[in-house]
Amino acid sequence: MEEKEFTITAFSENSIGLLNRITIIFTRRGLNIESLTVSESAIHGIFKFTIVIRTNQILIEKVVKQIEKIVDVLRAYYLCQDEIIFQEIALYKVPTKALTQSTEIEGLVRKYNARILEVTSGYTVIEKTGHKDETQQLFDDMKKFGVLQFTRSGRVAITKATKERLSAYLEKLDTEKLRVRI
Amino acid sequence: MKTRKVSGSEAVILSLLEEGVDTIFGYPGGAIMPIYDLLYDYQDKINHILTRHEQGAAHAAQGYARVTGRVGVCMVTSGPGATNLTTGLADAMLDSTPIICISGQVISGLLGTDAFQETDVMGFSMPITKWNIQITKAEDIPEMMARAFFIATTGRPGPVMIDITKDAQFAEFDFSYEKCRDVRSYVPRPKLNMNYVEKAAELINNAKKPLALVGQGVILSGAEKEMLAFIEKAEIPAAWTLLGNSAMPTDHPLNVGMLGMHGNYGPNIKTNESDLLIALGMRFDDRVTGNVKTYGTQAKVVHFEIDHSEVNKIVKADVAVIADIKETFEAILPLIKKNKHEEWLNQFKNAYQYEYEKVIQQDIYPEKEGLTMGEVIRIINEKMKGEAILVTDVGQHQMIANRYFKFNNSRSLVTSGGLGTMGFGLPAAFGAQTGQPDKTVVAVIGDGGFQMTVQELGTIWQNKAPVKIVLLNNNFLGMVRQWQQMFFDKRYSSTELTNPDFITIAKGFGITGTTVSRRDDLEGAIAEMFKHEGPYLLEVKVEKEDNVFPMVTAGASVSDIRLE
Ligand SMILES: Cc1ncc(C[n+]2csc(CCOP(=O)(O)OP(=O)(O)O)c2C)c(N)n1
Ligand SMILES: [Mg+2]
Repeated sequence: MEEKEFTITAFSENSIGLLNRITIIFTRRGLNIESLTVSESAIHGIFKFTIVIRTNQILIEKVVKQIEKIVDVLRAYYLCQDEIIFQEIALYKVPTKALTQSTEIEGLVRKYNARILEVTSGYTVIEKTGHKDETQQLFDDMKKFGVLQFTRSGRVAITKATKERLSAYLEKLDTEKLRVRI
Repeated sequence: MKTRKVSGSEAVILSLLEEGVDTIFGYPGGAIMPIYDLLYDYQDKINHILTRHEQGAAHAAQGYARVTGRVGVCMVTSGPGATNLTTGLADAMLDSTPIICISGQVISGLLGTDAFQETDVMGFSMPITKWNIQITKAEDIPEMMARAFFIATTGRPGPVMIDITKDAQFAEFDFSYEKCRDVRSYVPRPKLNMNYVEKAAELINNAKKPLALVGQGVILSGAEKEMLAFIEKAEIPAAWTLLGNSAMPTDHPLNVGMLGMHGNYGPNIKTNESDLLIALGMRFDDRVTGNVKTYGTQAKVVHFEIDHSEVNKIVKADVAVIADIKETFEAILPLIKKNKHEEWLNQFKNAYQYEYEKVIQQDIYPEKEGLTMGEVIRIINEKMKGEAILVTDVGQHQMIANRYFKFNNSRSLVTSGGLGTMGFGLPAAFGAQTGQPDKTVVAVIGDGGFQMTVQELGTIWQNKAPVKIVLLNNNFLGMVRQWQQMFFDKRYSSTELTNPDFITIAKGFGITGTTVSRRDDLEGAIAEMFKHEGPYLLEVKVEKEDNVFPMVTAGASVSDIRLE
């Protein structure tokens, strides 16, 4: 079956060790996590995991169900590339000398829609947000100026649906009593 | 709400009492001593049973939980005490058994420093628990204990591990208790969707050759009666998984036997002739399906299951109802048409007849000289008439016992299915007897597995638990030897045992016993065992190289089940 890139978003309570519980599910099946971001979601106290994974349709369904089964996970979804808008952020540190000696770097900053965050006498930090291939391209183009440091974040993603899916789910919990109380 | 100032240790005990716990299995040590000290004051309310090994405590809690339907509780110290629970936790996880394990932990200030007897309990127990929590503050104890009980027992049950630092056991706070009724992120009972119930009913009503696959979910949900009403109304033959055994009486006319690797001939071959497989609280373990690629491919599949992640995991369902199965049965029964499947049922009867002639007869009424495991079980049936609880260990004896043991009542079988844990039987039988003191508990164990947890004879004796231990001694790790014979050219690599004198060992623990090696003595010895008041060890020297059949060999299709 065809392998492709999926973005998993999982919403959870803020409990210790949860990241471990989630990654165990991937480890057990020998799945490699391409990127992972965790931060507080729009809803206070609820955390959002964004996990990028290359696998097939059948496996992603099973894995997401297993994530959702974790007691402290509220909800987990998987999304295909065309269902989301996503970005990564990359930071590049170059010697300031390289910037003053020619206008090439400045040109690259313009061309890639990057921006300069900080300039000191020794180094300059440049920031670029975009997809991985774009941040990579800029890195490749700047290599010859001697990039001192390069770092890239995990993915943040937003769905193309109008509302965040979790809020719809939480509303449904209240109105439809999705869970039967015991 | 009234409150009272207590220590964390007392809070643990008060929480257990609030949850109706009166029995715990455990083993003390440094990091849990404050709680043990308090247990001394509460002896009249909580019976703490000292096992001889923490693994024994975990399996005893499992045995207790399986026969009572209540939570089994165990308590251990930090480090080795906690790590000794791993096998029990993993077993309970795979077999959906509600147990709560409480471990002591080094003081919170020392966490992460490799302190004496510190181990990463959260880390190691994470993949083998439904939920786990470390408590470092006394005031968190009541809420977390309540949550632990809620999570262990609701939805698909499972093991919960609670790790409590020693300083939290000492600290004092105002105690009050409230049972947990809801955890926001956890949906124990998914809402039943009537659309799917209707679709399932339609498939069931139109099926010509339906086959019900009964799993432990039926027992865990307490839906045995509803299940019978369902299969009886539509006259559906019903086969069971290992853990589904005893969910319906052995003699029920629609009970067509066991599924899977050493199951009955009929349900295995008919799986691949049926037009509708109705999976009832079961998860299509590979021991049930054999080669999945050739498993029931001609059939439609209806899956009733509480655990969403089990649906479509192994076998794709045409219709799935994700809900507590008792509710599902109640919802679907009115939609099920009265039906007859006489000709289809007859096919199972014929298949059974065929298996009887080829396999069963010589298993339970052997004509050869050596004793068979099957005849031992047959005679136990003749004495107990389906009223006993069976606990088994893992191996050939487990399969034979499950194939032939008769049950009238549900929750009467305790066995390690998913994990296949040798050494499970003896401590689990003790736990089962503790939970059901008035029932006869028969522990059928192999000579290999018996020696893995033999120390629990001490627990059995100290507590005067009248467990009837039937040791089926073939002088081999029989199940492995069978595979060596069939698939490894009879190269018996490390499977033959030089065994001790088991009766002398039992005697050393204060337990009476006898050995039988002749057929003429067998019935009398079994009668004597049941007549005996306390615990008893009956060792039966059975044929050394008998094999268990039928068998769906690894990777084979269920329809290629072998009878020899
Ligand atoms: C803890 C553990 N170790 C190893 C095994 C592999 N194993 C499965 S059955 C079996 C043989 C069991 O021998 P015995 O207890 O004598 O029972 P028998 O098969 O002879 O009835 C073994 C070694 C296991 N299931 N569990
Ligand atoms: Mg043996």
